[in-house]
Amino acid sequence: MKHLRFNFNFLVAILLLTSAVIISQPKVPKLTRYCTDQTNTLTSSEIDLIDRSLKTFEDSTSNQIIFLMIPSLDGYPIEMFAYEVATENKIGQKNKNNGVLFLVSLNDRKMRIEVGYGLEGALTDALSSSIIRNEVAPYFRKNEYYNGIVAGLNSIILATKGEYKGERRDDGEDREGFGVFGFIFMMILFFILSRFKRGGVFPIILGGGLGSRSSGGGFGGGGGFGGFSGGGGSFGGGGSSGGW
Amino acid sequence: MKNKGLMIGCGIGILLVIVVVGFVMWGVGVYNNLVGLDEQVTQSWSQVENQYQRRADLIPNLVNTVKGVAGFEKETYTAVTEARAKVNQINFNSDMLNNPQAFQQFQAAQDNLSSALSRLLVTVENYPELKANENFLQLQSQLEGTENRISVERMKFNQVVQEYNTTIRRFPANFVAGIAGFEQKQYFQAKEGADEAPTVQF
Repeated sequence: MKHLRFNFNFLVAILLLTSAVIISQPKVPKLTRYCTDQTNTLTSSEIDLIDRSLKTFEDSTSNQIIFLMIPSLDGYPIEMFAYEVATENKIGQKNKNNGVLFLVSLNDRKMRIEVGYGLEGALTDALSSSIIRNEVAPYFRKNEYYNGIVAGLNSIILATKGEYKGERRDDGEDREGFGVFGFIFMMILFFILSRFKRGGVFPIILGGGLGSRSSGGGFGGGGGFGGFSGGGGSFGGGGSSGGW
Repeated sequence: MKNKGLMIGCGIGILLVIVVVGFVMWGVGVYNNLVGLDEQVTQSWSQVENQYQRRADLIPNLVNTVKGVAGFEKETYTAVTEARAKVNQINFNSDMLNNPQAFQQFQAAQDNLSSALSRLLVTVENYPELKANENFLQLQSQLEGTENRISVERMKFNQVVQEYNTTIRRFPANFVAGIAGFEQKQYFQAKEGADEAPTVQF
């Protein structure tokens, strides 16, 4: 009897230990969209807008830029978590390794831009850290999360653009100007298009990759946008981390 | 009677040939697999080396920037310069991956440089003029990025080496590995005291 009881205690101890290990390491999510917010900070239309912009970007350049916002890292290093998320979701195309993960941990006030091997030349560590420090963090400090995320993603897009399109990157000031204008333009376009949605313009514009899954009323429903699927890109720890 | 003996002899002969051929083919398969794994180890080693080289290349720039700041502790950056010089003295290549002593020496020198660097970067926190300098901040981010890449590439290297070592030790492939001279390779160990933050005395 005593022996049995000991075993039972032992079992409980093991269970507790293993569950503690599981808790201390945040679960690596399986991403199905280009923009994932686990903190309910962004509205669903904001998520859709980012999602669509990033998908359009992939369609034209094959670069995969993924945004993920999590509530907390539970003390886990952001570098390791970002690497795991990026690797397990296979962000980027297999032969180009052209994936980027923009990760924000809200309660830790930490963020990281994780860059795939293929884009390290265009989106350098120094550039990533400038983007975090000068584009994103100022907005985040004012609690303007959406604006900060958009500014960051825009800068990432502009930084990576040259790599496969053969375009030269503009210098800092122009970059910033174009970034904001570019996004305003996209937003206007988006609103105009969404007015036409019922008329059937949207499915045509969105075009390839969507197939028959884009039902007419699917806006904001999620999953109707021909979600993200990783192409098999690999990462080597490039990029930069920062806080706000 | 004679005919029957001949047939049995032939049967045994054919069986023997099949066994030998099968054995050789299996050996060739195992050998080729080992060659592939060995090549993978060499390749991931070169990634580790690239990142170490990249770090070494960044250091003179960092030291020069820090030197320019009035009153910056000389010991911190001379320690970095010395550690870098020691790293450069060590002549290590992928052929020496199965030499525990050489590997340990290499790792010790690199880890020594890592800790000298992190001490320097901690000291920098006391110099607001550096923390406001965009050039310095970019340099710092490049160094941090390189440290992170080093740890990622080291991890990948260890994974590949583990696969290689497991394969050459496993029965029966270990016979082929022994005959062909495949030796176990070294892993990176976690730094001693890597979990302690560097302390700086003022």
